[in-house]
Amino acid sequence: MARKSTTQRVVVSTIGAWFFGFLIFFPILWMVLASFKTELEAFAIPPSFLFFHWTTENYATVQERSDYLLHAMNSIIIAGGSTLIALLIAIPAAWSMAFSPTKRTKDILLWMLSTKMMPPVGVLVPIYLIYKSFGLLDSRIGLVFILCLGNLPIVIWMLFTYFKEIPRDILEAARMDGATIGRELVYVLTPMAIPGLASTMLLNLILAWNEAFWTLNLSTSNAAPLTVFIASYSSPEGLFWAKLSAASTLAIAPIIILGWFSQKQLVRGLTFGAVK
Amino acid sequence: MGQITLQDVQKSFGPVHIIKGADLEIADGSFVVFVGPSGCGKTTLLRLIAGLEDVSGGKILIDGKNVVDTPPAKRGLSMVFQSYALYPHMSVRGNIGFGLKMAGLSKDETNRKVEAAAATLNLTPYLDRKPRELSGGQRQRVAIGRAIVREPKAFLFDEPLSNLDAALRVQMRIEVTRLQKQLGTTAVYVTHDQVEAMTMADKIVVLNGGKIEQYGSPLELYERPANLFVAGFIGSPKMNLVTGEPAKQQGATTIGVRPEHLKIERDGGGGWQGTIAVAEHLGSDTFLYVDAGPLGMLTARYIGELSLHAGDHVSLAPDPARIHRFDASGNALRN
Repeated sequence: MARKSTTQRVVVSTIGAWFFGFLIFFPILWMVLASFKTELEAFAIPPSFLFFHWTTENYATVQERSDYLLHAMNSIIIAGGSTLIALLIAIPAAWSMAFSPTKRTKDILLWMLSTKMMPPVGVLVPIYLIYKSFGLLDSRIGLVFILCLGNLPIVIWMLFTYFKEIPRDILEAARMDGATIGRELVYVLTPMAIPGLASTMLLNLILAWNEAFWTLNLSTSNAAPLTVFIASYSSPEGLFWAKLSAASTLAIAPIIILGWFSQKQLVRGLTFGAVK
Repeated sequence: MGQITLQDVQKSFGPVHIIKGADLEIADGSFVVFVGPSGCGKTTLLRLIAGLEDVSGGKILIDGKNVVDTPPAKRGLSMVFQSYALYPHMSVRGNIGFGLKMAGLSKDETNRKVEAAAATLNLTPYLDRKPRELSGGQRQRVAIGRAIVREPKAFLFDEPLSNLDAALRVQMRIEVTRLQKQLGTTAVYVTHDQVEAMTMADKIVVLNGGKIEQYGSPLELYERPANLFVAGFIGSPKMNLVTGEPAKQQGATTIGVRPEHLKIERDGGGGWQGTIAVAEHLGSDTFLYVDAGPLGMLTARYIGELSLHAGDHVSLAPDPARIHRFDASGNALRN
């Protein structure tokens, strides 16, 4: 029997959904509001919600004191580069595990995922030293490399679950039609997996954009992405909430806009395989 | 040319022996159907011929050349899958032409051939549609189009009609048979439906448990089944198998009589006595399921309408010339 959807139920669940949505979104909203306050008002108790003296001076100060565009460019290069390389490695890997699995395939997948369970700080010292001797500290290449490796297990897992859903028959049909493995990948598998590839790419972009541990530890200025830019507004000079909020708003704006336009893909990507 | 020969072909998946040594000679231009219950290895055997699975032993010859180490694409065969397996992101034109594109044909040449194939299959109005915009029957036709356009040495069909509804299946059955005759290309067709096998095949291969039970023309299998399995599998409704005293009288362990070879008499006939449990009146035929006591349930078929009903007593007399005799190991005894 289908569940009854009375008007009352719809109203209650709509209000509930908006309430929780607002609750989750509130910190971001508060941050954006704070970025338009003066430092004094940002601290004020009781806080004012909308009726304060709106100002953009924090943004001006932030832009004056540090080079937003440089950091944003670094973020784009690091997130984009690591995603691209991860996809180039993950597509053939996931393909082989999905379509010609061996006895060990399941173990390999689990092992890859298990690397994500280790706290990164556990390998910070050796990696720092390796980066130091190879001259990779504070370099974009170094960050692209480490973020790519860090996210690779998730990318492979996601693509694996996507590829698994593609009927084997279709690939066999391509093989009967005379396609080599390379052409099968290019003409049949990849076009069919585009929705999956797109959401994997988006998720990886977001993860890499937001990654703070490695970027904070392995870069200082030249290669520093937006995470470092935010961090530079915290602690040593005391707490400047308004300026910190302005920096944070600038840092997350691009990825929020990207996420907003691609939310359909993202939701599909994250729930893929849950329902058939 | 498209002559396919199997010599002691074997296939195991790990410790499981799926195909236990198959020998078969498929003549050029013939329509051969593999039939058998599910799990008998018929699809595996087809996939071995296609090259989608590697053999564990034996040889597969296509036109005299051993192809066991040749990849599927180089065997010159084309296959129609049960699930159609169309490329969902390509139009009908793209689907049919994909093999030609892979073979490196020019665009004009590909288009010409695709259009000719589409015309044969009444697909011309749909050439620019995507597979999801087509009905089941049309998709199946596209899959067939993809197979014929490459002018292969042989077609391999893996239960291609099992996803269609009954009426469409009969229609496609006729179309596929006609198309095969028209093109004169060898066809190997897998089905579990023995009616499909009987109606389409020049020759039928009956498989059971990874072994070829019998290979012959449909009527040969119907009239002279080699063993109990074939006797029970070919023919609808199934052959009546009787053991005990009536079999002993014929010098056999088991005797088989087809439902249509039982003469139905009302009370007092000289045949096997029984009571009708169920009577099915189809107009063209009457099927009687008769409880014949120690002989078990017997099925009798009468051509036309027969006004007998459940509970009536009947006597069933087997046509002496049409009794099949089997020995203790189930093999047919020939006179």
